[in-house]
Amino acid sequence: MMKAIVNVFLKNGVLDSQGKAVHHALSGHGFGSVSDVRVGKQIIIEMNESDEAAAKEKVAHMCEELLANTVIEDYEIEIQA
Amino acid sequence: MKVGIVQFPGTNCEYDTQHAFAALGCETQILWHKEDTIPDGTDLVVVAGGFSYGDYLRSGAIAKMSPIMKALKIYADNGGKVLGICNGFQVLTETGLLPGALKRNEGLHFISRHHHLKVVNNDNDFLRHCKVDQVVNIPIAHHDGNFYIDENGLQELYAHNQVLLQYTDASGNIDNPNGSVDSIAGICNKAKNVFGLMPHPERAMESLLGSNDGRAMLEGFINA
Repeated sequence: MMKAIVNVFLKNGVLDSQGKAVHHALSGHGFGSVSDVRVGKQIIIEMNESDEAAAKEKVAHMCEELLANTVIEDYEIEIQA
Repeated sequence: MKVGIVQFPGTNCEYDTQHAFAALGCETQILWHKEDTIPDGTDLVVVAGGFSYGDYLRSGAIAKMSPIMKALKIYADNGGKVLGICNGFQVLTETGLLPGALKRNEGLHFISRHHHLKVVNNDNDFLRHCKVDQVVNIPIAHHDGNFYIDENGLQELYAHNQVLLQYTDASGNIDNPNGSVDSIAGICNKAKNVFGLMPHPERAMESLLGSNDGRAMLEGFINA
């Protein structure tokens, strides 16, 4: 069993309205040291794979096909054996 | 004229769309998402509005994996006409049949009201009965209608007359409700056989219900 943790965020340069709203709310609640907030999503996938590199390649394919919209989003994959 | 209307779990505008095209004298057929062919003789396929798969992951993302979308891609690649309305527009960008993407509205609110739109290009089947710069009044109802495309993509759209509609006020001045790049409300592909827009022309068929400006738009597909 292997676990893949996929983080999907809007690309740099694509306005993250939710991040801005959360930043504004935190600043308004006295968290003045907050300089930036980004909101994204995390997708956790359990896989029957034994090879880490093969698992990562499959997850990258999943990201390109479905998990991320690469017009506006970037993704990062972490494999936990 | 035979119109197919795609239905996913969570689609909710298929019967309004069917009613609108039936009112224009078209033969209509609902196409369930598990169908893997577009019926012979179909002149237009409409991907109707709603919340396919509950908008899970991203609006339109799961719908693009359906068997009907593979068939629709072949149909469009062979020159078949396709219209995506609201969630249908999101599905078409996710599928890659139209460029760009639809993001969460800049103000983060779901917006449901009538909005004015200006016709930018009319050298296509969809808007051929409208005039350039004509202002129409069409309902919008969306959470993820913030059209995004990068600068190069935007220039491509303008270079090939692919920008169809912009959000404006009643006088035709830009009035952007959702943060869309250049206030864009609708586009088409370069071949001008695939169309997508966030506003709902099928909900603007009777002046008694606020506007019949959608009628001329949908009529564009008839005898085109």
